[in-house]
This record gives sequence, C-alpha cells and structure tokens, in this order.
Amino acid sequence: MAAVGAVSGGLTAVGFRPAGAAGIPEELPDHSRYLGPGVTDQPYGTPSQYEAHVIRRNVEWLTGSTESSINFTPLQDLHGIITPNGVFFERHHSGRADIDPAQHQLMIHGLVERPISLSVPDLLRFRPVDRIFFTECAANGGMEWRGAQLNGVQFTRGMLGCAQWTGIPLRTLFDYVGLKPKAKWVLAEGADAAALTRSIPMDKALDDCMVAFGQNGEMLRPGQGYPMRLVVPGWEGNMWVKWLRRLEVGDEPWYTRWETSKYTDLLPNGKAYKFTWVQEANSVITSPSPEKPMNGAGPHVIRGLAWSGNGRIKRVDVSMDGGKNWITAPLEEPILPKALTRFYLPFRWDGKSSLMLQSRAMDETGYVQPTIVDLRNARGTNSIYHNNSIMTWLVNPTGEVENVQVA
Amino acid sequence: MSKSLKILTLGLLATGGAAFAADPNLPKPGEIGSAVTPQEIARWDIDVRPDGLGLPPGQGTAEEGEQVWMDNCAACHGEFGEGVDRWPVLMGGVDSLSSDSPVKTPGSYWPYATTIYDYVYRAMPFGNAQSLTPDEVYALTAYILNMDEVVPSDFVVNAETLPKVEMPNRDGFIDDPRPDVKVASQEPCMKDCVKEVKITGHARKIDVTPEEGGGVE
Repeated sequence: MAAVGAVSGGLTAVGFRPAGAAGIPEELPDHSRYLGPGVTDQPYGTPSQYEAHVIRRNVEWLTGSTESSINFTPLQDLHGIITPNGVFFERHHSGRADIDPAQHQLMIHGLVERPISLSVPDLLRFRPVDRIFFTECAANGGMEWRGAQLNGVQFTRGMLGCAQWTGIPLRTLFDYVGLKPKAKWVLAEGADAAALTRSIPMDKALDDCMVAFGQNGEMLRPGQGYPMRLVVPGWEGNMWVKWLRRLEVGDEPWYTRWETSKYTDLLPNGKAYKFTWVQEANSVITSPSPEKPMNGAGPHVIRGLAWSGNGRIKRVDVSMDGGKNWITAPLEEPILPKALTRFYLPFRWDGKSSLMLQSRAMDETGYVQPTIVDLRNARGTNSIYHNNSIMTWLVNPTGEVENVQVA
Repeated sequence: MSKSLKILTLGLLATGGAAFAADPNLPKPGEIGSAVTPQEIARWDIDVRPDGLGLPPGQGTAEEGEQVWMDNCAACHGEFGEGVDRWPVLMGGVDSLSSDSPVKTPGSYWPYATTIYDYVYRAMPFGNAQSLTPDEVYALTAYILNMDEVVPSDFVVNAETLPKVEMPNRDGFIDDPRPDVKVASQEPCMKDCVKEVKITGHARKIDVTPEEGGGVE
C-alpha cells in the first residue's frame, strides 16, 4: 500500500499497489473454497457490503427539518448515466408519503371535455413510453453562489439523478379527456401533506411531459412519488410533482407558493426572475473530486457528467489549469436530449504538480456553460437557484482534491 | 408547411426527438377511468388563483385570526411571525430585497395575497395539513397580512376582498429572460484564455461539509 501512503490517510480506495507487485495472496480466500449464500438469500438484492459508502447524504444545517429537506446522490461513486433507484436524491416538502396504490386516484379536470379519475390499473391501459431524462433540483449548487462552501461533488452537484422513466405522455391523457379551446395551463398537485402544486404551460405539457409509474425498470420508489409522478424533461425538479393526484387545466397560471415565494430568482436590484423552468447546460467532474483523490503519478481518467435542459450535449471541454487552456473530452454514448451524458478523458499526472480541473459543457443550442463570475455578474449572489457554473477542483501535490472557486 | 420545414420535422423524428406525437390508438371516450362528479372534484380542488378563482365562502379578520395563530402557528413562526429557531420568518423584510441579506416574507416578497390563503389551507400547519376551516384560514391570512402591515387589523378578508389586496412586491417579478449571460452563447476560448488564475475561495476553509463522506480528511 506504499502508493496510497503518498496520499493522506483515510483513503478507502482498494487495490493500489506498487507497480510489479500483484499482491496475489498466499492463502486461498474463503470465498474460493466455501459455499456462499444460495439464490434464496436475497429476493431483492443489495449492493456489495464493500460499497456501503455509496449512499445518499444529507447536510443537516441546510434546512429546518428533515421532512422538508434534500439529500444528495453519490455522483462520485456512480458509473454511466443511469442513477440507481436506491441512491436517487430525494427532495420532500412534507416527508415521504407512503401510498397504497389501490387507494390512489389521478383526477384530470378543469378546462376539459370529460373530467375523469384514473386508478393505477386505469393508467396502465394507455400505451406507455420509456424515456431517459435527468431531473435536477433547481437549488442544485445553490450553496455555492457566494463562494466554495461544501467540499464534495455529492454535496455541490448531487441534487441530480437520471433514470429511464416509464409512463403515459400528458399528450395522450389530454387527447383522451379532450381539451377545451382556452386550455393554456396545467396545475399539477401531489397527494402528500404539502400538496405541492406547480403551473405548467400547455405547450410544454403536450410536448414531452409524462405521468410516470416506472423508474429504471421497476415501479417508482415511495421517495420518488410512488405510485405516479410527473416527468417534466429538462425543467427544474420542483415541477416533477410526486404522488401526483390531480391535473387541473386552466387558462392562467396559479402563482402557487412554489412559483412565487420559492423557485423565483432574486437579483441584486431587488427584482426576481419568475418561471425559470429550464435547467441550463451544466457539467461536473465526478472523479477526481474531493471524495476521489488522485493516487500517484501515471495514467488517470477524468470522469464526468454533462447535461442540458435545452437538448443534447454537443461538447465538453476540460481544463487542468483553471481555465487557461482547454481540451475537448470524448463523449460516451448514448447522448440523449435532456439526459445525463458521460465524458471520460484519460490523462497522465506527474504525481507532484497542482492541477485546477474544470469542465465546460456546450449544448446543441450553442449555449456554453458559464463561470461563477459570469453568473454573479448577471444575477448577483442571492438568487439561490439555477447555479450551473463551472466547478473547479484543486488537485494538491499530495493528490488531495478540494472544491475551490477561481477568478 | 414549406418543403424545408417538412424535412426538418422528419429529421427530428428520425433522430428520436423526445417530443410525443398524438397516439393513433387512443381509447374511445369513457373506455378508461371513471367520470368524476362536480362534488368529487370540489373535494380535491382547493387551489386559489390571484384573480380569486377557487376562494370558498367565508371570511375572517386579523383580530379573529390571533387566537388561531397562537394555537396553530406561533410555536414555529413566533407570536409576531418572527420565526422560532430556523422556521420561516413571515413578517418584515420590506426594502431588504436589494440588500446583502434579503428577508423574503409575504409582506416583502410575495406578489399575491391569494397565495397565502392557498398555501396555508393546503399545507399548514406543518404536520397537520388541511385541518383548518376556510374561516380560520381567512382569519390567518388577515393576521399575516396585518403583521406585514398590508391591511389594518379590522380588515375583512373574503373571496371579494382578498384578490384586491395589493401586495408591496406585486411588480417585483419579471419573466425568465435566460440565457442572460452574454459569454454563454459565444464560441468558447480554448487556448491562453486567461493570464492568471486566482483562487478566491476554499471550501475546506469554510469547513461546513459533513464529516462522514465529505472528502478525505
């Protein structure tokens, strides 16, 4: 473990050894000799006990209660673009509702020809679609507006997940009930004690929104809105109403608490943006990161994620010197609209130089991810939401990695 | 549709755009689900719009709201809406929005008085939602508006008066203008982009990251 010794203590990474010493044990390990548990051991499987650190985490001081709070996806330990359901971040406003699907109804009413109520089995009689989309809390990175604050990619970009959602397009449901001519807005409401409500313009509803019941191949988890939730591709997570019980069609927005008091973006002049729905292009290097230090000189891979609510990621550039120079990183397939996109960039480290790692996403509209300085110049430091700025990881000569901001 | 637009549309379909087309195999009306009656709709349809649509019959004043407030709200929000511990502050903050520490309350920030009624009725008290009657919520709305010095203590809040209450920050909101960062839509620099990179902040010095799992220290 000599190479690990070069990095600070507490590093849990396994398998790093001096070149040339393979570390083949002299004794045959137990798992190569004795029987393991049989197939009836785990009817619903869990990760290896050695992956017990891959969990959602909460930052206690962020909110007044855990019931109206957030936890974070462990981005630093995940691979590919699909977030496992068990570590998909949660944001509740009145705790996690536990709903018996046999009791659940989705009411569709307002400016429609035939108001109806749909049970879960009713919903399953429509033709579903499967689509991969990210959902990102509007407040993702919100603690970093004034400066580098939380030392980890999980805490600075982890209000984020991406899943294959299975559900019924709102287009199908609204065609089925028949929209009246003045139908311009949709109010979506949850069945939890917050009864969260958001107004969604009809164009968006008919374009790509869906009522999902499936997530990554299984029914939604209770924390994700079981038995049904709204999917609003590319738009702030708050609008993805969970435990969906009601869709009301109207001709004006409702200006609910979640689109006036919250999810409005305060500017230095005291005015605020409203209806800031889209999550603009964003990216982050997930490794190296504060949780994933560098382990010695030689070949390494920069791993990262990029995403845009305005469509596909077109390009991701990576800098190792804090933004002086950039190289374009190869993107991994699939590159889907409004979904997480992976990039991997192999590089060599001399094991002693400081690095300032950054990633910069560009989407198919030509939008380029801004710096925190660019964002502050436009919006100040009190807008809370929609911080999609370039993150900087300072790699120290020891290999430790820290969240810093640069100018 | 012009020929070029047609080709563009086909191109979008061919590359698997996420937008959903109409379902050609849509079930016939009535085949799926249950018709709902106006009475059933009314049971769940509790939302209120700024123009007052959705406000139920009933009324209340701040004077009537005081006891309801003390019994149901003051434990978290304070007797005067000042907020206990970390619970939300509901009074004051007027003229603070452009300061370094804005205090966003109904009186300083919320654009519509109707939202107070809607939110209190649907989601408060925290942990015992929808336990208050419309009269109680009207009285609480009046109490909050009075704390915020928007209406006098004998002002009667009901479906007629509430939509007409003009909140101080009524005109404080502008539609999303993004992209609002000019450099974000230009071809980005790739080489020798900045002369000097200065570190302006270290998360480690702030030291508020949860110990468990927060980095390698």
